[in-house]
Amino acid sequence: MGLDINDLKNQHLDVLKEVGNIGSGNAATALAKMLNKKVDMGVPSAKVMEFKEVSDILGGAEVEVVGIILEVEGDLKGEIMFMLRLDAAAMLVSILMNQDISKLDEFDEIHISALKEVGNILTGAYLSALSLLTKMTIVPSVPSLSIDMAGAILSVPAIEFGKVGDTVLYIETEFIDGLNKVVGDFFLIPDMDSYEKLLKALGVIS
Amino acid sequence: MNNIIRVGMADLKASKHPCMITTLGLGSCIGIALYDSALKISGLAHIMLPYSNFIKNNSNIAKFADTGIKKLFSDMVNMGSKKRNLTARIAGGAQMFKFSQMSEIMKVGLRNAEASRKILEELEIPLLAEDVGGSYGRTVELYSSDGKFVIKTIGHGIKDI
Repeated sequence: MGLDINDLKNQHLDVLKEVGNIGSGNAATALAKMLNKKVDMGVPSAKVMEFKEVSDILGGAEVEVVGIILEVEGDLKGEIMFMLRLDAAAMLVSILMNQDISKLDEFDEIHISALKEVGNILTGAYLSALSLLTKMTIVPSVPSLSIDMAGAILSVPAIEFGKVGDTVLYIETEFIDGLNKVVGDFFLIPDMDSYEKLLKALGVIS
Repeated sequence: MNNIIRVGMADLKASKHPCMITTLGLGSCIGIALYDSALKISGLAHIMLPYSNFIKNNSNIAKFADTGIKKLFSDMVNMGSKKRNLTARIAGGAQMFKFSQMSEIMKVGLRNAEASRKILEELEIPLLAEDVGGSYGRTVELYSSDGKFVIKTIGHGIKDI
């Protein structure tokens, strides 16, 4: 229990960034398969920030975003959340369903379920990369989706991080499809014991 | 309104009249507004968790309902507020995601609301109104001229409590 996320050193961050890199690389491949087109990926960035700054992720606390969260069981316990802006989500659904959806009120149940599936595939790809890397068994639950203010969605991972420290760790990933950029954020939220297990499995702490 | 004060997550602020204090996008967190009707001093706290004593890492006292509300109260007393002139309003405590099994993480909004009510009761500050629960985010604004507490949402209307 000697671990404090406030003290995460640069070296730890580099490892977590690499995890993000492999995880989201896997996710980009999964997305490309799903969309049946080439999807490029920007270099992900792992960031640690204070709660006060958290709501500025993705353009402000009141920006409407889509959050997809899955509970994680197995060797690693906690949650994983994927968050993207509403316009990016609409674009993804448009490509996926081959129709134009540019407004929220046009999202119906089928679109929501398509988005859940995107979240499922992306987080699944991310987690399987992590599982391969750490040899940990990671079993995600079915996804739950919410469309609301970024601040409100972010409060869910922030509160979990709040139990162990005063900072939030997240990995930002950029998916690029031709001229369109989809920026999404992954929040891996291991519970306190799993955090240490994870860093140990990655060889960061002994 | 020129004097707009922003309160972040796990943050609190108190100010003299005239001002509008706001916190954006409350989810499972709670916004606690204290208002002194005599001096028109207003204060807003944005708490994330109910109690500080269950948490190992508790250096940021604005993070918890117990320590956060007490700090806001003492800040306002230091600015000249009398306890008998103070009233409270709270908003937030939503459950942003739904799961088949109701796990601990999902119930935190309700526990935050309960803890906030209890601390206000301990401090003997009357809770005039609340808008808590549901599954949607809230932005709140507290106006120093009359203590009006405005709650804005996406798709769930605007309220004035």
